[in-house]
Amino acid sequence: MEKVLFGDNQFFAVNHLSDEKSRAQSIRFKDDASIIRVLDQSREEGIQTFMCTTHDRIASVCKHILENKEAYEGYKIYPCMPYAHKYANAVTELGIMGTIKQYVPGNLFGTFAKGGVAFLSKDFLKLMQILIDAEMKMFKGIDTPVIFIQNVIVDLILGLKLYDVFAEYHAYVKKKYNAEPGYITMNMPALFDVLDSLGIKNPVICSSINKIGFRMSGGIEIYEKYLEEKEFRPVAMQVLAAGALRPKEAIEYLGRFKRIESVLFGASSRSHIKETKDLILEYL
Amino acid sequence: MIKGAIIGLGKMGISHAAIVGAHPEVDMVALCDTSSLVLSGFKKFSKVKTYSDYQKMIDNEELDFVVIATPTKFHYPMVKYALEKNINVFCEKPFMLKTSEGDEMVELAKSKGLVNQVGFHNHFIGTFRELKRLLDAKVLGDLVHFSGEAYGPVVTKEKGGTWRSNAEEGGGCLFDYASHVINLVQEIIGRPTKARGTLLKSIYSKGVEDAVYSLLELESGLTGTLLVNWSDETYRKMSTSLMIQGKNGKIICDATEIKIYLKEEVPAEKLGKGWTIKYITDFAIPVDFYLRGEEYSAQIDHFVESVKSKKMASYNTFEQANYTDVVIDMIIENSK
Repeated sequence: MEKVLFGDNQFFAVNHLSDEKSRAQSIRFKDDASIIRVLDQSREEGIQTFMCTTHDRIASVCKHILENKEAYEGYKIYPCMPYAHKYANAVTELGIMGTIKQYVPGNLFGTFAKGGVAFLSKDFLKLMQILIDAEMKMFKGIDTPVIFIQNVIVDLILGLKLYDVFAEYHAYVKKKYNAEPGYITMNMPALFDVLDSLGIKNPVICSSINKIGFRMSGGIEIYEKYLEEKEFRPVAMQVLAAGALRPKEAIEYLGRFKRIESVLFGASSRSHIKETKDLILEYL
Repeated sequence: MIKGAIIGLGKMGISHAAIVGAHPEVDMVALCDTSSLVLSGFKKFSKVKTYSDYQKMIDNEELDFVVIATPTKFHYPMVKYALEKNINVFCEKPFMLKTSEGDEMVELAKSKGLVNQVGFHNHFIGTFRELKRLLDAKVLGDLVHFSGEAYGPVVTKEKGGTWRSNAEEGGGCLFDYASHVINLVQEIIGRPTKARGTLLKSIYSKGVEDAVYSLLELESGLTGTLLVNWSDETYRKMSTSLMIQGKNGKIICDATEIKIYLKEEVPAEKLGKGWTIKYITDFAIPVDFYLRGEEYSAQIDHFVESVKSKKMASYNTFEQANYTDVVIDMIIENSK
């Protein structure tokens, strides 16, 4: 993995510190061209990896990349699936079965419908594979060497103790996409222990890592202990603690942990992109 | 270790199951739902016992508590059954369809001395806690107006079909989004005693409202607005806020930040004249397991701690939740 991963929160009005800022972002990135412009600026700064959710609008970005293959030579995407709010809102309104009906591709659900619920209930793993394939469709033709599951799903599986799902996901992503499975989590130490117990060695785990312990469940001490002692490939996110930290002190802190492989960050202006990227290259 | 179980595995129930399941001081012994699909998933991948009949589950298992996250119309019989068997109860909101049933459950829980809590999770968001503290410290002086608002993209197309499109089953925006705002207003600013000029608007739903607009009068005499719309796709997810105006300024608070404007400084709070912005990073309640926001874990932590220490929960009691249902009734009555 490269040291610097460019994120997409800023494009989709995700701002953990201010709802107002998030609205301003949603206005600024109203059209796809404005997203692509910022991505291109990040590429000009030498950032060759875009880590993004499977938001509907990413499909347009993918289309642009495929149509301009030469310009995007060597460019990689790390998909993070699923874009959870789309499912969460659907479950509130339609229930779990209704959501499955809505999001499992039509003809495939037809196949399920034949066997009815009995068939579905026997084949959760098949359902998982179908959902992964549906989410991955937009990336066909693009290099996706690491495929992440979003924290909401990872942490749900972790809390429900449905650990085999991790093992199945891991195997499927390796086999079908020849990619490294990645895990985003808000509970890094607990997740590491579970993956370790499943025999998943040296996993890619993306979690909040910042000097003030923001969104580091269980406390900063145990995170630091795991970063120092356990064998895994950490990706740091929320490194600025939603803006509570200045970039220099934030990245300097990450430099204390030799094992951190990559830092995920998002920014909307060239100067911020350059500043953060330079700091990461300096300290990591 | 205390023993708990979950009844109802929809969005909230599954989320509670994960949080309870990850809790270091709880043994989550059983889950109950009527969907064979959902249950078979747990049978296949986890070791937890599954039931399709909540009474059987309560009878067979030795439980310290249950979490009830079924559609609202089932709350009354389920809460009652659990309390009668001396089991502490965490119930999802809205609490009951009828306030008379709510009154009965408040009394039953009290007479049995059982811990009772309802899932109004906003009270476990640090910024709203800080807002209450600042109001109690009277930084705004005499209050003149408030506005409680929530917007989000739940129903953005015309269709119906689940219990959420049935007003009698508590399916509309009033029981869902608006109940959160009413509960916040009620516990942070003051209890509403009158609703005026209410508009319940259907936008895409049939049979239920997608927006609630009402003027509320509190027991203190303070008046303000309730503005809620769950068919607003300019919001990425539910966004809830309170604005309070006083003679000495104004506070706007949501889940991420608290913006304070003061005409005169309040030295005791180290708040100067003009704007002060504080962020959730300073107020987030630390949790051991995070799923969708600290507040969801923090409310379960609070409940578990109350059950363990046999001390009544101080946030989100049945009584408080039932009062929210009283206000919902006022709003419905006023809209007629």
